[in-house]
Amino acid sequence: MPPVPVTVLLFASYADALGRSALELSLPAGATVADAVGRVVGQGELPRAPLVAVNEEYASYDRPLRAGDEVALIPPVAGG
Amino acid sequence: MIRAALVERPIDVGAILREVADSGCGATSLFVGTVRDVNDGRAVEGIDYEAYRPMAVRELSAIVKAAAGQFGVPHLVAEHRIGSMAVGDVSVAIAASHAHRASALDATRHVIEEIKRRAPIWKREHYADGTREWVDPANAAGSAGPAAKAVGVAEP
Repeated sequence: MPPVPVTVLLFASYADALGRSALELSLPAGATVADAVGRVVGQGELPRAPLVAVNEEYASYDRPLRAGDEVALIPPVAGG
Repeated sequence: MIRAALVERPIDVGAILREVADSGCGATSLFVGTVRDVNDGRAVEGIDYEAYRPMAVRELSAIVKAAAGQFGVPHLVAEHRIGSMAVGDVSVAIAASHAHRASALDATRHVIEEIKRRAPIWKREHYADGTREWVDPANAAGSAGPAAKAVGVAEP
């Protein structure tokens, strides 16, 4: 089975922590949101289990990922 | 008029009020959020607002559409500004009109609470001492608790 390429987006404090606003991952077939998070949070000072959105919608960690998905790590929101 | 927008220009509160004006509506409710000069006891000189733009637009639109249905208001408009703002600048404005006051008031209150709960928008405060920090509402007094619970997403 081919690997699953996804884009991970980082914002605000998370972007500062990793010194970048996006990165590309190649995940094994069958990978979930949890796998993507696990690959990223070890790279800098990030919480272990950040909120996540996939393709602009909040997503749970057991959601399977497809090639081309956009996975966003969402810091605590502070709008208003 | 039912709409929501993320804008990078000053919010025209008067224009938003005109959008919800309706001869059949005897009540108009307006919420305006402005940049405050102090937070947690620290003097604030300005704020940078950042958003995951396409998702923020989707969330704002979904919030407004759902609130219009829930409270039965024929007119509901919300604008959230992003970018750099100074103390006193309007960061968010929400207006609703209805035949009667209760629905108009409830709709604007609901929309601002939902924006604060789930819209992917962040703010970095500039303090008088020259430092800058991203605001984490969980660290503030009166916090509603972890964001993961707030949006109802399962944690691992």
